[in-house]
Amino acid sequence: MSIRTIADISPGELTEHAARLLAGGHRLAMISARQEAEEFALAYLFVAGGPDRRTELRLRLPAARPAVPSLARLSFPAGRFEREIRDLYGITPLDHPLPRRLVRHHHWPRGWYPMRADAGPPPAFGDPEGPYPFLTVEGQGVYEIPVGPVHAGLIEPGHFRFSVVGETIIKLKARLWFVHKGIEKLFEGRRPEDGLELAERVSGDTSVGHALAYCLAVEEATRAQVSGRAQRERAVLLELERLYNHVTDLGALCNDVAFGIMHAQTGRIREQLLRVNDEVTGHRLLRGGVRLGGAGLKTLPDPERLHAIGADVAELAALALRHTVVADRFTGTAVLSADAARDLGTLGYVARASGLGADARRDHPFTGLGDFTPARRTGGDVLARFQIRAEEIAASIALITHLVDGPPAAEPARPEERSSSGVGLVEGWRGTIAHRVELAPDGTLTRVKIVDPSFFNWPALPVALGSAIVPDFPLVNKSFNLSYAGNDL
Amino acid sequence: MVTGTVGAVLQVLLIAVGSPLLVGVMRQVRARLEGRAGAGIAQPWRDLRKLLRKQAISPHGTGWVFRLAPLLLAGTALVAAAVVPLVTTASPLDGVADLFAVTALLALGSVALALGALDTGTAFGGMGASREMTVLALVEPTILVSVFALSIRVGSTSLGSIVTATARDPLSVISPVSALAAVALAIVTIAETGRIPVDNPSTHLELTMIHEAMVLEYAGPDLALIEWASAMRLSVLLGLLASLFFPLGIAGADAGVLGLAAAVIAIVVKVALLGVLLAAGEVFMAKLRLFRVPELLAGSFLLALLAVAASFFLA
Repeated sequence: MSIRTIADISPGELTEHAARLLAGGHRLAMISARQEAEEFALAYLFVAGGPDRRTELRLRLPAARPAVPSLARLSFPAGRFEREIRDLYGITPLDHPLPRRLVRHHHWPRGWYPMRADAGPPPAFGDPEGPYPFLTVEGQGVYEIPVGPVHAGLIEPGHFRFSVVGETIIKLKARLWFVHKGIEKLFEGRRPEDGLELAERVSGDTSVGHALAYCLAVEEATRAQVSGRAQRERAVLLELERLYNHVTDLGALCNDVAFGIMHAQTGRIREQLLRVNDEVTGHRLLRGGVRLGGAGLKTLPDPERLHAIGADVAELAALALRHTVVADRFTGTAVLSADAARDLGTLGYVARASGLGADARRDHPFTGLGDFTPARRTGGDVLARFQIRAEEIAASIALITHLVDGPPAAEPARPEERSSSGVGLVEGWRGTIAHRVELAPDGTLTRVKIVDPSFFNWPALPVALGSAIVPDFPLVNKSFNLSYAGNDL
Repeated sequence: MVTGTVGAVLQVLLIAVGSPLLVGVMRQVRARLEGRAGAGIAQPWRDLRKLLRKQAISPHGTGWVFRLAPLLLAGTALVAAAVVPLVTTASPLDGVADLFAVTALLALGSVALALGALDTGTAFGGMGASREMTVLALVEPTILVSVFALSIRVGSTSLGSIVTATARDPLSVISPVSALAAVALAIVTIAETGRIPVDNPSTHLELTMIHEAMVLEYAGPDLALIEWASAMRLSVLLGLLASLFFPLGIAGADAGVLGLAAAVIAIVVKVALLGVLLAAGEVFMAKLRLFRVPELLAGSFLLALLAVAASFFLA
């Protein structure tokens, strides 16, 4: 269990350490801040796969005028984490190349930082910050299309500002952060078992992913032992969640090009999967399946039934791609190059559709999965993101079969003494979810930091849309299918 | 003359009452083919009733153009329904409204709606209007040219005369001219009425819309009027297609009561059949990328042009 190396450093040493870790193949998984009595504590979590390595750099800042050297020039996600921490805690990143507000909503009063201990209740609505400073594209025939944050369909709030010439997108700015719920703050002071229901509700379609990451983090902190059998059951739940979400996405992608029959058919399959979920956990969206220290399954899913569903999905996906108009709409649309995907730090199917191999099931396993190789595509377009989902559905069914029918897992080694913090890394259906918890000596939670893969993947959407046309945006957006709720905590 | 007047009144009533039902039938066919239950064929009428009961509102900053557009759209559709030979070839309006007038009426409705959309000053209104005009610029000439190809044989641009001539000699339809014109007209009918693969009438995605983007700001009775008019335009165009190429059963100038009744049944069956075919075809189609739409429409215009050329060479 003790795979995390922890180093206490001074702010001056940060850049040097971070550069060394990033050069050594690590990626920045999160920066977690916490306010203590007289100072702020920052934890930079770097992770790498094969073998599983996790390195945490910890530093302390004075409570008055806290500032930290920015890593934005070394790592793009670091720059976003720093802006998030500045907006929530008021810790200034020094020499940040793009110091605009990120999480901060323009209704928030100046100098109000919601994660600080003295933040108090949510303030009344005002407009002290003014509108977000969108970059205006100038030139002949350039016009702006503002979309949202309230949309025509049942989707979450996000504002998209298109600068277009004719129908071609010159620039897209996605302005999110309309749904700050303060969910990380809600964890504070709870006992770990009372935090689980919050973790399940971070993002409605990722109950298992977030609950499992939370449980792994708490179990590392409390050194609780989880049986090999329970870990395998958790892995089954994780794949069940991937199945129903990917199937929904396949249909939704086809529906966005008006190929409605696929949407209706995948809706039928989704319902079958939700009923399987209900049988396995007693909840159609798999809530209550993952518990602290174990898993609460009523029964295991029947691999035969899942294989039949898998064959059905494979047939539908092949049918969709044989349709020339559907294939034409998907192929070459909104290509995210491998370099861009790597530089932006993308995760999950977005990364794997662009040729990257990131997958926490292989890089940070919590139970043995046999000879599991993540699916990978190199196209980087909507077609690749469609195909990677179809392949992951087949892979998930194979994994469930392995986990249900395979030999029992080895019992994990006895844990060592308690620690005050823990990290959980889980490959949720959107990508790698990271939770980090810190416990007070009395066992209550003092800080829970949650990172949904959408936090890493959102910036990739405007990049992929570089030369796309406006009517293709909904299709491209659906192919990324990023979470608003998981992004804006 | 009396039969003509009665026939014209009948076809206006038929279009006005029946076109929402046609939309209902098409949606139901699609739902059943996709394995869904569907809402029933009366759903469009129920929607219209709901909308008509609502309060009329118009956005800030809009003027008379915005409020006039639905009326003009519905008005032109009704006039077109009276002129186009559906039940009778002897509409009293036939003398004053030939094929050019019908095309112009349909275009007037489209332009009114596009202006109404521009009047809102929103990005979506402008976007929808710009896309609609792109489609319209290719659709209207194609309708003109393809019907013109058919009129050469008859020597008249009156739709009534063209249909009468075909009704007298149904086998004359089997010619390259008719085949080319029929395909061209079918494609532009799909484009003009905003069906797949050009537009998706059931989408909620604002950025992909053409027709729906123009009507986003309309609500209540105004929206009802637009929905109703759109259904009528679809019915009129499908009816025109049926009458031009398969005028069986249509009432002539000397038809009696029975003849009119038979003509009503004939046109209902023909339009319903075309609607079912269109809906069934849509199940197997996906929406084209917007930049491919002009290619499709230019292709249909080319077919119409070939039809005209063929009518000269083969006449």
